[in-house]
Amino acid sequence: MSNYVLDLFSRATAGSRVLPEYDELSEQVKPRKDAPANDSVSQSPDSRKESIALSGVFRSYANSRGSFTPALQNIDLEIEQGEFVCIVGPSGCGKSTLLHLLAGLDKPTTGQVIVDGNPVQGPGTDRILLFQELGLFPWLTVRQNVEFGMKMAGVSKDERKDRARTFLRMVHLSHFEDHYIHQLSGGMKQRVALARSLALHPKILLMDEPFAALDAQTRDMLHDELERLWKETSPTIVFVTHNVREAVRLGDRVLLMSFRPGRIKKQFQVTLPRPRHVEDSDVALMSKEILGQLREEIDRSFNAEYSREEKR
Amino acid sequence: MRSIPVKKSVNQLIFAIGVLVVWEALALLKLWPPYVFPTPRGVAETLWAGLADHSIFIGIAVSLRRVALGYAISVVLGILLGVLLTWSRFLQDTLGGVILSLQSLPSICWVPLALLWFGLSETAIIFVTVMGSMLAVTQATKAGFDNVPRILSMAGRNLGAKGPQLFWHVMLPASLPYLVDGLKQGWAFAWRSLIQGEMLYVTLGLGQLLVAGRDLNDINQVVVVMVLIAGIGYAVDSLLFRKLETSLRDKWGTAIASA
Repeated sequence: MSNYVLDLFSRATAGSRVLPEYDELSEQVKPRKDAPANDSVSQSPDSRKESIALSGVFRSYANSRGSFTPALQNIDLEIEQGEFVCIVGPSGCGKSTLLHLLAGLDKPTTGQVIVDGNPVQGPGTDRILLFQELGLFPWLTVRQNVEFGMKMAGVSKDERKDRARTFLRMVHLSHFEDHYIHQLSGGMKQRVALARSLALHPKILLMDEPFAALDAQTRDMLHDELERLWKETSPTIVFVTHNVREAVRLGDRVLLMSFRPGRIKKQFQVTLPRPRHVEDSDVALMSKEILGQLREEIDRSFNAEYSREEKR
Repeated sequence: MRSIPVKKSVNQLIFAIGVLVVWEALALLKLWPPYVFPTPRGVAETLWAGLADHSIFIGIAVSLRRVALGYAISVVLGILLGVLLTWSRFLQDTLGGVILSLQSLPSICWVPLALLWFGLSETAIIFVTVMGSMLAVTQATKAGFDNVPRILSMAGRNLGAKGPQLFWHVMLPASLPYLVDGLKQGWAFAWRSLIQGEMLYVTLGLGQLLVAGRDLNDINQVVVVMVLIAGIGYAVDSLLFRKLETSLRDKWGTAIASA
């Protein structure tokens, strides 16, 4: 855990070198020490607050042959408040399952998922999941989509409008508030989904391959925007992707998951100074290291598919 | 060959004039006796007379009032039934099949039952109207809910909608394309069933005017009333449902789900 302190340190020093607003960032990314301590939150001795804790989490699904396919196996994981964690792994490693567990849209077979000291019972607006398919509502305008969560929470009409506009400004979509979803480009839809999630002030933002379907330029731009929004609103982010460079570009930490059953095979602390870019040489170097290990898992997943084919 | 774009209304006008000319020509040839073959002049005169003595207006008003009541009932009950079928696996397994089989009954089949239960009454006519259209609405509602993309209900739950909120703010609007389709079908069925019901016994209303035409051997009246029935059905469809569909299509940016 001393890595974390090192990381913070490197960020702060990097900030003073690179960008003036970095001081502000290091302030915000730090665990919220000044926040009133939630009585049920277990605080670690050095006052860092745990945002997410998974212990001994298993999840398996019944398959068509009447047996069980394990999706996640023995996951132990701690994520700190304000941390940006990226998860990479071959497809079928249970990355999305993990996010669904955190979002409360799914339950572990055994084990515990603790968020802010409380076991997850179901969906809650302190944890917002950004789906890969977005799930924007086509019958609502852009602003109404952003207002949706607040409307469900009973926020007054005027406040909803104000807050929605604030977040739409943040993602540069002010001029599109009265458009319907189908009138937007892919990147714009992503930003609407992001604004819709952030408008609820979630403590935890869960992102399931959100930029996978976008072109490289749009993705670069959204990386910058996401990083900026993260600084401004400082949620904990768990970001699932199959793109290792993206993970290194964005994360404080990168988790590598193994092929089915999904386990956390290895963790990488990313201490490279921010802001990073996908084309940076140090980002590339670190990606290469992670990719080497990821490839083993991808090979295993291919082999598993092939052997299944041959059996037929 | 290049086709010159012509306005739809121009095409329609040309067609109408053509039909009138051929019709009048056939009438002038006197191939059939006048009580079998209506003439344009006879139809026009009957229409005029009906307007003058208000019998057509009264007929239309009475029929529209009945269909409004019957259709409203069938929409409310139909949607409710559709929701119940979606919610309860038991009802779906049991009532689902019953509803499918009842839907294959032409609405005229409900007439004997209506007469035995309600006698020659207003209620009997409304009953036939409701039974004729309700199940179409139910089917469409069920299809609508079944076809709500899972991602939308998950997104709704994720953003804090639960129970009734999820129903009103996600499931219902998400199934609207199917629902509008069902409402439209329900309307067509309701209007047809009503006319059939009205042909039962002596009462005001378009169905009765039609029967009266036959009883008096007045083919002109029969034709006038038939045209009116078809015209009103078309008018409601294009004024109400087409607008609804267009606005939905604009919002969703899709062709309306074709069930």
